[in-house]
Amino acid sequence: MRYHVHHDTEYQYDSIVTLSQQMLYMTPRNSFAQYCEQHLLTIYPAPTERVQHIDYFKNYSEYIAVFTPHDLLKVTSSFTISLQRRPEHSELQQSLAWDEVAYRLANEHGMHLEAASYLYTSPKIICSQALAEYALPSFWPGRPLIESIFDLNQRIFQEFEFDPDATDVSTPLEQVLQGRRGVCQDFAHLMIGCLRSLGLAARYVSGYILTNPPEGEPRMIGADASHAWISVYSLKYGWIDFDPTNNCLVQNEHITVAWGRDFSDVSPMRGVVLGGGGQTLKVSVTVTPMPLVNTYTA
Amino acid sequence: MQSILYQIPCQADHYNELLDANGLPHPHWQALIELLANEQPAQMRHRVESIQRQVRDNGVTYNVYADTNGLQRPWDLDALPFILPHEEWQHIAAAVAQRATLLNQLLVDIYGQQTTLREGLLPSVLIHGHAGFLRPCHGVQHEDNIALHLYAVDLARAPNGQWWVVSDRTQAPTGAGYALENRTIISSAFPDLFRDLNIQRLSSFFTSMRDSLSHWGRACAQKQSFAHAEIKPLSDGEQPLIVILTPGPYNETYHEQSYLAGYLGFPLVQGSDLTVRNGIVWLKTISGLKAVHVILRRLDDDFCDPLELNADSLLGVAGLAQVTRQGHVVVANALGSNILQSGALLGFLPKLCERFLGEELKMPSVATWWCGEPQALETVIANLENLVIKPAFPQIQQHPIFGEDLNQSERDDLVRKLRANPQHYIAQEQVKISQAPAWSAHHKPNLNSLAIGLRVYACATPNGYAIMPGGLARIASGKDERVITMQRGGTSKDTWITSPDAAYHSSLLRRTTSSKDLVRGNTYLSSRMVENLFWFGRYTIRNTHTTRIIRTAIRFLMEFSSERRPIEWSTVHQLCQWYGLMPDAEEMAIEGNHFAELNDETIEHQLIQAVFSSKDNSLQSSIQQFFQLAFNIRERLSSDNWRIINQMSQRFNHGRHVPTLTETLEHLNETSASLVTLTGFTLDGMTRDQGWRFMSLGRRIERLQFLCVLLQNALTMPPESNLDWLLELTDSIVTYRARYSAQPEWLPVLDLLLMDEHNPNAMIFQLKGMVKYLTEVSTNYGGGGNEALFIERLESLKALDPDLSLYHGSTTLLIWLNDTYRKSVEISDQLSLRFFSYSGTQSGGAF
Repeated sequence: MRYHVHHDTEYQYDSIVTLSQQMLYMTPRNSFAQYCEQHLLTIYPAPTERVQHIDYFKNYSEYIAVFTPHDLLKVTSSFTISLQRRPEHSELQQSLAWDEVAYRLANEHGMHLEAASYLYTSPKIICSQALAEYALPSFWPGRPLIESIFDLNQRIFQEFEFDPDATDVSTPLEQVLQGRRGVCQDFAHLMIGCLRSLGLAARYVSGYILTNPPEGEPRMIGADASHAWISVYSLKYGWIDFDPTNNCLVQNEHITVAWGRDFSDVSPMRGVVLGGGGQTLKVSVTVTPMPLVNTYTA
Repeated sequence: MQSILYQIPCQADHYNELLDANGLPHPHWQALIELLANEQPAQMRHRVESIQRQVRDNGVTYNVYADTNGLQRPWDLDALPFILPHEEWQHIAAAVAQRATLLNQLLVDIYGQQTTLREGLLPSVLIHGHAGFLRPCHGVQHEDNIALHLYAVDLARAPNGQWWVVSDRTQAPTGAGYALENRTIISSAFPDLFRDLNIQRLSSFFTSMRDSLSHWGRACAQKQSFAHAEIKPLSDGEQPLIVILTPGPYNETYHEQSYLAGYLGFPLVQGSDLTVRNGIVWLKTISGLKAVHVILRRLDDDFCDPLELNADSLLGVAGLAQVTRQGHVVVANALGSNILQSGALLGFLPKLCERFLGEELKMPSVATWWCGEPQALETVIANLENLVIKPAFPQIQQHPIFGEDLNQSERDDLVRKLRANPQHYIAQEQVKISQAPAWSAHHKPNLNSLAIGLRVYACATPNGYAIMPGGLARIASGKDERVITMQRGGTSKDTWITSPDAAYHSSLLRRTTSSKDLVRGNTYLSSRMVENLFWFGRYTIRNTHTTRIIRTAIRFLMEFSSERRPIEWSTVHQLCQWYGLMPDAEEMAIEGNHFAELNDETIEHQLIQAVFSSKDNSLQSSIQQFFQLAFNIRERLSSDNWRIINQMSQRFNHGRHVPTLTETLEHLNETSASLVTLTGFTLDGMTRDQGWRFMSLGRRIERLQFLCVLLQNALTMPPESNLDWLLELTDSIVTYRARYSAQPEWLPVLDLLLMDEHNPNAMIFQLKGMVKYLTEVSTNYGGGGNEALFIERLESLKALDPDLSLYHGSTTLLIWLNDTYRKSVEISDQLSLRFFSYSGTQSGGAF
């Protein structure tokens, strides 16, 4: 599959900002599952400084500093990306028992280093007994890892309600678990918390998802949003992505931008401004399927 | 000598620092014990008093709340030094240097190659499960591979005489400055002994530290100029800019930070004084942005950069992590060094030492088990009563738990906790630590024996680690002798290391006044410092005036009964109200009092309140403001200067006793004398740099405003009023009497207060000074002084014809005073805008 993504972020400030420093995580990373053909990041007002950086998790981040006084900051990220085929459910039948995976991750020092970052409590995901207990019905001893995760994924989808008003970025995981409602970010954090509390390695993936308009209606510009899901380390098959919000194994409608331990590692835009007072944020995302052959001419 | 030793309570199962197996003092203690045994008891009493006085007067504090009535706790310092012989010290120093070298390599590895993880030398949870592992700091290139510039280690001595490591301090080790102050105080309490024992000096350690930081700062400056053609390399003799980054005056060790800043000659800055542009950290100074080369930080790791680390931090510098990755600033210690402060690492150090250094670890750590290892967990649970359980990671909130204190059900709870999250805990053997002699002033016997711990300091140099020959010894003076921390009420001790030979005597505090430091101080004056100096100047004068006004009012009250009180009184009363020292009619009404019935008792009460209450305008709160300002500029004040300020603010602590009017008057006299002394210091003792100029401007503006208010009030009082009080308030009565031996009259009084160029309290004197300083400011900073405003004021004052304008009720004069007051407010605002709130947007021209 091929997609074009257009992502606008607009901060409107109540009073003039004299200095703005931001970290952007908006450039999609490449992997076996995707290849980004071209990416354009435009910023208004034009930043005085732009520094690209590859972070600890090998994501692309970009530091910008705007010294021009402004009351509107607009960042537009647009890119074309082609997705490669990911393994399907039928191809993931031979996974190890989840408890064996957990044991080996904990005890085989010096191995599995790529999983090590994603095993423990992180700023937004505090591992707990409560999370482990919620997960356990899906994880009986000896049950194959992938099968257990399918089960947990489905339970979260069924037992939690999607409700954009129930939480915000600062809502703690405990509250999500108790209230049983939230958005994609909460469900991803919850599922990661469950897996880590059992000793498994799971990471947070930030990106976009294709939403299909109702039959017969045109695709609405800006109707989509940023999305988040999880990736679990399976030992046998490497990292496998699951989307608890949509109860699915990630296939060819998810576009990855970055991954980390949780949202705080890869939030699309975080920063510090001097002045500004209150602020209003507007975000719009449009994901458009593209023909497989590039029809642009140079 | 036997008699005093006989009294010491000793515990046989602890190592005794003082006595050997035969009950005789070790040779290195003999001189001190003989001295104590042979002198009169009164002498030790004098020493203790003198030590306490020095601690108080120097304002040595811990846990500071820069508030005279707050939690500012004086530093607790034992009178007796802790003495160690040179031979023993050599072993300690070598072991500490080795450990610092090892920890530095480990730190560089964790934030670089991660060999330790790849080879399985450390379980990955100790790094990845540690909240202090800061991923944005991974991949930083360190000058000479040094990430741990300053290191401290807490040691204790086991019953067999062996020293053990209890814990490592790797983030921003505190206490080196306190050790230095302890030395200054205790060496002067025992001057002969100190000289005879030939104790090793501390100053060389700080010199090494400064020279090394300077060395790496120079290398960093070179990198900056390679990266930016606009940045010139340092010229010969030009020092790299090294700053100390403080969390601010409310931090518990702020006193130490300002003391060290003064001692080392580094500007003490807060996060808001720094800014990141074009991959460089800059110090905001009144002359623009200056590139910073080294940041010696006292701020915790994750608070250093709100952009990439803890977003909630208001204390850091946005973008700092990125600059460190580019190698354009040296942060000492490197960001992320908190990761080494985990007890879970202790058990792995012997193996790491062999792997990294190819040698055995010289000093063992107190036996420590990390419960994350299944075998260790079982050992810990089986031996719980001999162990102390502590958190393995800083994010786990848990006080140490002593196994021996637990009853059965508490024990079961703990075991459950350990089994649920074993990797979160470590267990340490409960050590019976050695006991050293300490002096108790209030209990018999005076010579006591208390558990002692020693913090030793190391600093990185290009040739390996240098060890401070001494350290911060702490004794457990609290109830629980198992816990030795300053936070929970410990007492500190100066640590003396004897010399092998006649060491050269370098004076302790010599470097503070070297000419090099003064030059540096001039160049790097931060905007915040200048703002504080300006307000320091204003508050010195404001407090002088407030003191005088209240004093004048009290005299009126004491000298005249209410029916005989002269007519000027109502003007004095009015002035008190204008300055918010006494309530006006409206405020009185709110409090339910009738203004017309103001009797002497009420006035008396109001005046005492004006001095001692904590309300906004009282003298007490104004002195507190002043103290706060002084605190912020501490590193620029001499110790004499500081002592006066400290004593002055401490006099306001009168406890529960409500002062009488006479006591209040005495108090005002003392305050006034202190303020005069301070003025003497500022005129006589401070360097005439830009900072001083701003301070002087503050003084002149404040005095000018006072004259305007005072004269406007005076000119409208009843014409037959006596003018003595006016001259007294302006401190001009002596001059007046010397010139005119008659009763004060309007023309000569006004002339003296307005036009007399020789009277430092006269209007013209203030204006001339302001014109001079504002012009200098404009010259130095390319404008911004707006001296034209006051040139005009000066000319118009000179143009006033004394015969036509200087009389009671003169409208010309009243208008002139009103305009002048307005313009002084205007200039104060303009200076703040231009110099104090430097946001730098107007000058990308820093390049």
